[in-house]
Amino acid sequence: MKNYKNLLALAVLLLTLPVSGAFAAGGGGDLKPSGANINDLGSLQRGAQLFMNYCMGCHSAEYMRYNRLAEDLELGEDMVMRNLIFTDQKIGDPMTIAMSEENAEQWFGKAPPDLSLIGRSRGADWVYNYMLGFYRDANGGWNNTVLENASMPHVFWQLQGIQEPVYKTVNENGIERQVVDHLELVEPGSLSPEAYDDSMRDLAAFIDYLGEPAQLKRKKIGVWVMLYLALFAFLAYLLKLEYWRDVH
Amino acid sequence: MSADGVNNERRRFLLATTSAVGAVGVGLAAVPFISTWLPSAKAKAVGAPVEVNVGKLDFGQILKVQWRGQTIGILRRDERMIDDLPSLDDRLRDPDSAESIQPSYAVNEARASNAQFLVVNMHCTHLGCVPQLIPQVGAQPFDDDWKGGFYCPCHKSKFDMAGRVYNGVPAPTNLTVPPYSFLDEQTVLIGVNPEGAA
Amino acid sequence: MGKAASGVGRQATSFLNWVDQRLPVTDFWNAHLAKYYAPKNFNFWYYMGGLALLVLVMQILTGIFLTMHYKPSAAEAFASVEYIMRDVDWGWLVRYMHSTGASFFFIIVYLHMFRSLLYGSHRKPRELIWVFGMLIYLLLMAEAFFGYVLPWGQMSYWGAQVIINLFGAIPAIGEPLTEWIRGDYFISDATINRFFALHVIALPLALAGLVAMHLTALHEVGSNNPDGIDIKKNKDEDGVPVDGIPFHPYYTVKDIFGASMFLMIFAFVIFFWPEAGGLFLEHDNFAPANPLVTPEHIKPVWYFTPYYAILKAVPDKLMGVVLMGVSVGVLFLLPWLDRSPVRSIRYKGNWYKILVFTFAIAFVRLGMLGMAEGTPAQTWEMRFWTFIYFAFFILLFFLSKGGAVKPEPERVTH
Repeated sequence: MKNYKNLLALAVLLLTLPVSGAFAAGGGGDLKPSGANINDLGSLQRGAQLFMNYCMGCHSAEYMRYNRLAEDLELGEDMVMRNLIFTDQKIGDPMTIAMSEENAEQWFGKAPPDLSLIGRSRGADWVYNYMLGFYRDANGGWNNTVLENASMPHVFWQLQGIQEPVYKTVNENGIERQVVDHLELVEPGSLSPEAYDDSMRDLAAFIDYLGEPAQLKRKKIGVWVMLYLALFAFLAYLLKLEYWRDVH
Repeated sequence: MSADGVNNERRRFLLATTSAVGAVGVGLAAVPFISTWLPSAKAKAVGAPVEVNVGKLDFGQILKVQWRGQTIGILRRDERMIDDLPSLDDRLRDPDSAESIQPSYAVNEARASNAQFLVVNMHCTHLGCVPQLIPQVGAQPFDDDWKGGFYCPCHKSKFDMAGRVYNGVPAPTNLTVPPYSFLDEQTVLIGVNPEGAA
Repeated sequence: MGKAASGVGRQATSFLNWVDQRLPVTDFWNAHLAKYYAPKNFNFWYYMGGLALLVLVMQILTGIFLTMHYKPSAAEAFASVEYIMRDVDWGWLVRYMHSTGASFFFIIVYLHMFRSLLYGSHRKPRELIWVFGMLIYLLLMAEAFFGYVLPWGQMSYWGAQVIINLFGAIPAIGEPLTEWIRGDYFISDATINRFFALHVIALPLALAGLVAMHLTALHEVGSNNPDGIDIKKNKDEDGVPVDGIPFHPYYTVKDIFGASMFLMIFAFVIFFWPEAGGLFLEHDNFAPANPLVTPEHIKPVWYFTPYYAILKAVPDKLMGVVLMGVSVGVLFLLPWLDRSPVRSIRYKGNWYKILVFTFAIAFVRLGMLGMAEGTPAQTWEMRFWTFIYFAFFILLFFLSKGGAVKPEPERVTH
């Protein structure tokens, strides 16, 4: 027996050795947790409002339908039609945009990607950090700490204000390099930093929901399925015990 | 191994209970699979109600639109066409629309909520061809005393200006009237009953 | 009341007789269930075979329903999966059952194979059962690979790119062979179309046939057990093994219980953790396939990673592919590599325990390293475990013949 225990201890030790990158969630090093909560309906609704107002100028969410949004976020179809759809689209339509890919490429150098699944490929935390990571670089253009040289401008700059980077020097294998240490707000926006933070948390929650609208329903159903299976397993166990009384 | 002292009653009870609970589980698990065959959100969006502007339609003219893969006709009728309808009753199979499919607000002589506009599913109730509208009054090759109506080229079924089927033709019932409502005087919404009606 | 019931009973019996004269239903039932005598000392590991069958059935069922909505073309595949996830009623559940089922299939099959190592289930006279099982495992890997391409995400695309290019390492015919597999100069519409056909019909048919062979071979020689001793040597006056019990009802009720426990774990993942942190559904696969952009870190799905690590451990393209092929192929030889007079680990000396546990650790560790980004240190670690992996087979061959054994019991321990 002692033998087994030693072996098991060794196995556990070896298998818990970290393997870098094995479970990394789609790139991006140290992301600050967003705290986005997809079960917070109010947060989702505010996030939807931000998304429609700011993101959908350039980004589509082509796998999402407006009426699904109206239903899941308890907004009501009338409300969505009046306040969130700015084009002549119908309530059952997918959330596409009018900008053609050719035009978009001309204007931005790269067509803004569809955002239906960005919450699944990048994750809500990434989106949150990205939205907090815009800064004005030395050339006066926009850059981002999460996605370097992103071609996207800072659409929320009027809300957040303008951040500028504070650099520090690091020594990597004997080569000195300037990297962004942190960002400093040099021009306040219409929102306080805390309020902007909250807004981006709402947006991240909405993006998370957008990636998999079924998740709201999924977890609710899951509880019932687990309860049913527990009952069935209990009965099956009693039945097994009863029959196995015969086996000596 | 031995079967001595087996409590058969307990065994049967457990077997029945487990089987019953298991059967319920299998039944519930089948529901999602069966449901995947229902019209998807996409099909529902494509089959959403259709808004049609009928303001520019002349008397005796028909406007055809597609709704859920069906050709829906909106026919504008003048006073004469509406007044002619009762005179045909004895030549029709179902003049009161008792056997035909239509919303309650279309169970009347004109088969319409607003007699001026007939909104009708154009597919013949026989085998689904789309009959032609022949609004002219007068002898036709297929009818010596034609008062205007629909004539199906496939199997020679005839319908009057309210889509009611004649006697002695293959079509069993009147043309079907889909749910519809008027958003205003010139706009028909096909696929939705007026508020409070069914 | 009693009279009516017995009347129904008589009718059922006579109907069964009618059928039996035309189709051996009762014979089949007896031969494989009611009078198939299995050792009474099966433990946890013996749930896996039945569970594998359960998962196979679920995969076929959910797969059939997915094909009703999925579109196998480069232009439409990705969108049609999202259509299933969003627009089809309950489509998300069917899809998660299928994607989660794929990973659970491998978890179960790996445990099932490890059981064989523990108790010597592959040893004489069960060599063919093992060979059929290995063929099932190979086809399952092909099936999983083709299936993984179908969602047409970035990982589908680039994973397929890497795996198809492995064939390019074969001298002379490599390049034309990869073109033939793809049906194009790059992975394209033609590729996804043929992979779909293989995934939904060709391989499932072959798998079903192999499973039938696997079970037929098993029922011919009878099941092994944790003691690795032959229960047929000790029979009662009726010719029934004294340590055997009829599969039905004893193991049917036991397996129903096992299945319900499995389903709880399975359902938990489906409803609360379907991506399994990126292991079962990879994050990059939620971005549509893009031949112009390579993801930062391409890795196969977790169940391929032990072999992928062996591939990466070798600094030569052809040799890497060869060694990876050998690492799978050598498993076929296991029934002949173990020459110990006893089957079960219970009656082998410590030498076997150490060998098997080290091998298991090597396999899992290689799997973990196969997913990693591949720092130089990790490459050396992969080489170390690759060496251990192959050393297992060589040491097994030489140590097993004279390795210490303990006396086997006459009867199974229960």
